[in-house]
Amino acid sequence: MSPEFSEQTKKAIAEIVARYPKKEAALLPVLHAAQREFGYISRATEKSVAGLLEISPAKVHEVVTFYTMYNRQPVGRYHVQICSNLSCSLLGAGSLIDHLSEKLGIQPGETTPDQKFTFSLVQCLGACEQAPCMMVNFEYFGNLDTPKIDEILDNLE
Amino acid sequence: MEDKAISHFFKQDGAHTLAFYLNQNGYEQAKKALKELTPEDLLNQVKAANLRGRGGAGFPAGVKWGFVPQGGDKPKYLCVNADEGEPGTFKDRYIMTYAPHRLLEGIIISCFCVGINTAYIYIRGEYENVAQRLETAIDEARAQGFLGKNILDSGFDLEVYVHRGAGAYICGEETALLESLEGKRGNPRLKPPFPASIGLFQCPTVINNVETIANIPLILHHGPEWFCNQGLPKDGGTRLFGVSGPVKKPGVYELPVGASLKDLIFTHAGGMQDGKTLKAVIPGGMSAPILKPDEIDITLDGDSLMEAKSMLGSGAVIVIDEDASMLEVLRIVAEFYSHESCGQCTPCRVGNPWIRKTVKRMAEGKGRRGDIENIRRVANNILGKTLCPLGDAAALPILALTEKFKEELETSLSD
Ligand SMILES: Cc1cc2nc3c(=O)[nH]c(=O)nc-3n(C[C@H](O)[C@H](O)[C@H](O)COP(=O)(O)O)c2cc1C
Ligand code: SF4
Ligand code: FES
Repeated sequence: MSPEFSEQTKKAIAEIVARYPKKEAALLPVLHAAQREFGYISRATEKSVAGLLEISPAKVHEVVTFYTMYNRQPVGRYHVQICSNLSCSLLGAGSLIDHLSEKLGIQPGETTPDQKFTFSLVQCLGACEQAPCMMVNFEYFGNLDTPKIDEILDNLE
Repeated sequence: MEDKAISHFFKQDGAHTLAFYLNQNGYEQAKKALKELTPEDLLNQVKAANLRGRGGAGFPAGVKWGFVPQGGDKPKYLCVNADEGEPGTFKDRYIMTYAPHRLLEGIIISCFCVGINTAYIYIRGEYENVAQRLETAIDEARAQGFLGKNILDSGFDLEVYVHRGAGAYICGEETALLESLEGKRGNPRLKPPFPASIGLFQCPTVINNVETIANIPLILHHGPEWFCNQGLPKDGGTRLFGVSGPVKKPGVYELPVGASLKDLIFTHAGGMQDGKTLKAVIPGGMSAPILKPDEIDITLDGDSLMEAKSMLGSGAVIVIDEDASMLEVLRIVAEFYSHESCGQCTPCRVGNPWIRKTVKRMAEGKGRRGDIENIRRVANNILGKTLCPLGDAAALPILALTEKFKEELETSLSD
């Protein structure tokens, strides 16, 4: 069954589409909107988006798999993405990654059984002056150490 | 505008609001451009300023704009490159966070100069909060009549849209960016044709970095001569340098083009953290070949870094200390390019993962004699043999690392 977009998302999508001379160009932002609504992009969502933008589902799938930010499986309520690139590693990201793995009891790429956390390693987040840093959903946290990570995660509902 | 620096607004409370910007005589230069100047006047000023692109390649902005064919019935586009994916780079985030209106003012002037009525700001997907700030600024500017139809009664129309990427470094490459904006995978296009003639939606397109565009109001306000005097005669203005790694004060520093790399690290960024000693510097984002401590007495401009066989790139300076293992640095570099290759060309698609696997094996203590030579051979086979510059961006730093730190890397090899 195809997932139904909410009225609000439909309205947002119509606004997005109007920004481009070709409908298809709205694909990335429309996928962002779909992910905001459903949490991830399922094959069924790909089909609905394809229908909306009048392109083939195969084309949508090709795009969804090219970009790292589209989740193809459900993720936890909090997506913890820690930077494993150079500036962060020079300032201790490696041990923080181990700490997160241990604290959450999962490996990078996995979700906790209670669906609260998904934990991922990512490339440079563009916040290297605050290295080591991570993102929880769309919020940035920098100058991390283990106590700070504990405080951030322990304060999440 | 009292300020003479791009970073003037950084970290000031409320600097991102229209009220604040107007208080600083914001949008006066856009008014002047639209009401008093012709596109030709503007182009001459930008050319005379010798403003070089701040995104990586350092191409003169005025020359690029001049390539756009005038007349014709196709629409033209501006794409502002806010992808900021080069590891070590975070300067454009400061401009968009603290001075979104300066960027918009730059966009208005640039579009008026080239005859463009639609601009897209392509921003990396992770910068969701920054994108929202830009959207708010666009709404404010539109409400005040600085964007939309018939701006300030000049007869000039301009729409600006924010377009978020979705996590792919290659989309910072200008033709991959165009593909991505068209709703496709970010596969770079073959050049020529160049985007100036056939770009977004097959129409003439200008692509410039955020910092490049944010300089335009300053050039107009203070004049091209002032701008050149700020930097070097052939490379005008200041640059935003991002310093990261184990220094006392990591952050973004605005210095004239041609400032000293040593001063940037040891004076502005406060030098090394206590107990750390300098081992190496990557001077222009991860794609820039690494420098040893005895090579950093150098000026920060495209030409002198090229002479040192490195590059100024995005002005992102990554400082590496003696405690860091160069094998680990090499592993991170190889991992990054292997992850980010779009897969269109064989040398890049096959070579980078091969290098990544070999370095990983070395890091696991299973390195073999000949590994480093083989890595260099594969890197040399990527160099100059790919469709887009990502191939070279991977090969050059790997070649520099394996040359300059060969001895250290060799200690990880068993017999
Ligand atoms: C792999 C790759 C990634 C790039 N990433 C960026 C980027 O994130 N931001 C940027 O402004 N330019 C980036 N560039 C450079 C662009 O291709 C282009 O030269 C630049 O946006 C032009 O603007 P400028 O002349 O104002 O610098 C990248 C180039 C390559 C090859
Ligand atoms: S060099 Fe690499 S990233 Fe660039 S087009 Fe070829 S495969 Fe893609
Ligand atoms: S290296 Fe971690 S944010 Fe840039």
